[in-house]
Amino acid sequence: MTCIEARGLRKAYGTNIALDGVNLRVEEGRILGLIGPNGAGKTTALNAIIGLTPYEGQLKVLGRNPWTERDQLMRDVCFISDVAVLPRWIRVAQALDYVAGVHPRFDRAKAEGFLAKTTIGRDRKVRELSKGMVAQLHLALVMAIDARLLVLDEPTLGLDILYRKQFYDSLLNDYFDRNRTIVVTTHQVEEIQNVLTDVMFIDRGRIVFDCSMDELESRFLEVTVHPGQTNAARALKPMNERQALGRSIMIFDLKTNNLKSNEGDRQQVAALGDVRTPGIADLFVAVIGNHAQAQVQGAAH
Amino acid sequence: MNTINTQSNVAPESHSDSQVTASGVSAPAVISSTQLMYWSVRRELLENRSIYIAPLAVAAVFLVGFMVSLVHFPQKMRGAFALDAMQRHELVEQPYHFASLLIMGAYLFVAVFYCLDALYGERRDRSILFWKSLPVSDLMTVLSKASIPILVLPIVTFAITLATQWIMLFMSSVVLMGGGVSPATLWSQLPWFQMSLMLFYHLLAIHGLYYAPIYCWMLLVSSWARRAPFLWASLPLLVISIVEKVTLNTWHFANLLNSLVSDAAGAGDITAPGGVMMHPLTLQTVGRYLASPGLWIGLAISAAFLAAAVRIRRNQGPI
Repeated sequence: MTCIEARGLRKAYGTNIALDGVNLRVEEGRILGLIGPNGAGKTTALNAIIGLTPYEGQLKVLGRNPWTERDQLMRDVCFISDVAVLPRWIRVAQALDYVAGVHPRFDRAKAEGFLAKTTIGRDRKVRELSKGMVAQLHLALVMAIDARLLVLDEPTLGLDILYRKQFYDSLLNDYFDRNRTIVVTTHQVEEIQNVLTDVMFIDRGRIVFDCSMDELESRFLEVTVHPGQTNAARALKPMNERQALGRSIMIFDLKTNNLKSNEGDRQQVAALGDVRTPGIADLFVAVIGNHAQAQVQGAAH
Repeated sequence: MNTINTQSNVAPESHSDSQVTASGVSAPAVISSTQLMYWSVRRELLENRSIYIAPLAVAAVFLVGFMVSLVHFPQKMRGAFALDAMQRHELVEQPYHFASLLIMGAYLFVAVFYCLDALYGERRDRSILFWKSLPVSDLMTVLSKASIPILVLPIVTFAITLATQWIMLFMSSVVLMGGGVSPATLWSQLPWFQMSLMLFYHLLAIHGLYYAPIYCWMLLVSSWARRAPFLWASLPLLVISIVEKVTLNTWHFANLLNSLVSDAAGAGDITAPGGVMMHPLTLQTVGRYLASPGLWIGLAISAAFLAAAVRIRRNQGPI
């Protein structure tokens, strides 16, 4: 079942175009990472999905129009739109009471269970908690809601690495199952690489790359080329080349170039050096870099 | 195999449940509007404790002052029989009206600051992103916030005033008995029921409903202003008045604003500025109040302001 479906999604702030005809489709049970540089339109896209901003074009989330039906949609959708948005005056127990009061799918016992694993006291005010504890509290509230879609926009910004790791671990172990869908954006791409099932790159308001992690592993290769093989490797047209410790590291897309049959290419490329699956961050740089180059060339012609 | 099904739990009060079918389509679990409203208002009371602390503080300070003033009370009461009705009234009743007047002042003060911050503070501290992640509509949120100055504060003020007056009566009686004077005079001089009824009417009808456009205007400004909501709420009114005076040499707009506040008396108010009741509350007074166009025009304007605030909040994020 389709969880999110967008066609021709557009949004402009004055002359600044934040979303430029985004088409996207997220099936239920996926964990999608939406990756993009600052100002690429990630947050705008997420805000449109959770009904925080109006848009042009078609968008259905769980079959609903998020802009006109936000309050109904929020029974099935949760989001953490930023760190530290919990009201600072509220006490932990009051937050639990309130969410239990207004949310039909909130399981208070479950939230208490998550909180029991932390050092957060029930009678503490949010303003007295550290940033990491606030994130833990927010996650406990959200994970106790039996939602079908969870949207996370930079949920771990400013947290230290222990909290960040813990955050994604609990999300995977205690929350995610095949009936739920998670959409997440973050700048700490490497940390969520193993969490994701799908990845999308967004640049200048457009989706420029869309691929499942399974496909990514079979389709892309990162080769640390043996010193003597550099020219041979370049002949196979890598999509990206960078230098590290005096050696060339190239990323190949087995689907394009003049590489035809997959298994043969894999061996052909593997002969050039040490092979591994590229990290999302490096792939991102390669894809966005090529995208920008193509645009410049397009403009020149 | 459907975990959503087994984990689906609801707040104890609502017996709605979500059934997830094999296709993954769930019937929406619902919490009644009444419950949503209840929790929204309760949320406001948790956040803005000044709603009851400010009137309580004023009442406490007043009671201390009143206690000090009781030193010469038995003496005065002894002479009360020699006074005429008006003077006796002043001696006995006046402090009670003064108490209600002070607490009412706290009410208006709190109402103004509450309204100006209600939809502005949640954007400034970014918590709007949390509130909007819950299934509470903008309409429900704005209505719950509007209910504070229009309904909750009058009731809170009434309860605190009544309690204060009871304490005053109790303290006076004790002091009188200590001074060897029977408190019966005091009790018989106070039209207790009439006084409470009028206070309640006055608070709800005038300070709540009749002033509603003022509160709703301030709520509207607080939903929209990016900074200094107090200035945005007051300066435009001042500027319009002055521009009108300069260009047309008239004061229509200023008079309109003034009448909004002062015409309350004409529309069935029963207390003079000093808080002294002019005439007892009758059905006629209530009728005159309900028939006054000012009330209904004001309520229509309030509704328009609130509708605009709902629309604006829908578009707003943190500032």
